[in-house]
Amino acid sequence: MENLLNIFIKSIFVDNMVFAFFLGMCSYLAVSKTVKTSVGLGIAVIFVLFITVPVNFMIEKYLLKKGALAWISGGLADVDLSFLTFMVFIAIIAAMTQLVEMVVEKFSPSLYNSLGIFLPLIAVNCAILGASLFMQEREYANVVEATVFGLGSGVGWFLAIAGIAAIREKMRYSNVPDPLKGLGITFILTGLMAIAFMGFMGINL
Amino acid sequence: MSTQEKEPMFSAKNVKLFTAPLGRDNPITIQVLGICSALAVTVKLKPALVMALSVTVVIAVSNVVIAAMRKHIPDRIRIIVQLVVIATMVILVDQFLKAFVFDVSKQLSVFVGLIITNCIIMGRLEGFAMANKPWPSFIDGLGNGAGYGIILIIVSFFREFLGSGTIYGYPVLEKLGIYNIGYENNGMMILPPMALIVVGMIIWVQRSRNKSLIEHK
Repeated sequence: MENLLNIFIKSIFVDNMVFAFFLGMCSYLAVSKTVKTSVGLGIAVIFVLFITVPVNFMIEKYLLKKGALAWISGGLADVDLSFLTFMVFIAIIAAMTQLVEMVVEKFSPSLYNSLGIFLPLIAVNCAILGASLFMQEREYANVVEATVFGLGSGVGWFLAIAGIAAIREKMRYSNVPDPLKGLGITFILTGLMAIAFMGFMGINL
Repeated sequence: MSTQEKEPMFSAKNVKLFTAPLGRDNPITIQVLGICSALAVTVKLKPALVMALSVTVVIAVSNVVIAAMRKHIPDRIRIIVQLVVIATMVILVDQFLKAFVFDVSKQLSVFVGLIITNCIIMGRLEGFAMANKPWPSFIDGLGNGAGYGIILIIVSFFREFLGSGTIYGYPVLEKLGIYNIGYENNGMMILPPMALIVVGMIIWVQRSRNKSLIEHK
């Protein structure tokens, strides 16, 4: 339990997707103009990460890793399909986003209407693929750890985009030098926020 | 390919395709695409250079492939077709890096894989290759790859020079003897937040020089 909590806190604050690895920056910069849409996208990202990371973990463990096919028959024990990782992960992510979109549309039309446009875009959000690749690189022990990591990364991303959107709404009242307006000041603000987040470095529960 | 073209291979239009992304149509500072990888690999010049080359290769080749197939791709599944083409190229690049420059490949870690979701590539395939012939698409790919590379090289030059006191691994400041008079490396430059701030500065400089790029709201 303590281990899981540690992974959760770490993936939110220390290894924050946006501030430590700059993942998902494209949509982060493009969508963070108002708080409302940012929150919508943030929730969609949490949702998709929570589903894709464990699914990709299972695929990696039982299909792609060296020796992973041994459960089918002994003859396949030394097959190594790990070079297919990228292709399979991105296909799973695209399929899962599609699936999530359909499920949400069926069961919660109101949520679908608020997330609508963002869901398909998530397939090409690098935070999603990034989380799966980090999950592979850090070799989590079981599917529960991977799930917690996926959830934590999503929450971290959500915090980042909600924070910058709130700051950008307030920035309208400040006097920014002309050439820095819009994109430039957002970069610098994100940098400052990232410096603040570095204060969490080394946290270990 | 070029023999079938009516216009010459290096017509003014094609040259412009290459030069526009270097300056006023830069993928990173103007179009705001492909930021993720651009920031994460810029601690040192060498990985940044390798990353820039990898992205240029992937974008140029997948542009050509998609442009050659553009009339045969059904509209509804074009995104997945594009992803498959990009993913294939990235796997090739990844295997190549692992075989020939293993240490750099280790430093880049997940960011080679993340070329797949680099929005520059999707953006160019969607916005250019789907509507143009292979040769202009190839030039467009090279140009956008180079525009991306320039920003990477500028950012990583400053971060490596100020943060570690070296240029491409060569200890310039140590040879000059600057440490003897009390100079210290700025450790801050190595940390992730400074990448964002350096890119912010580049945008500032570029927009002050070219007023037409300023966003008015």
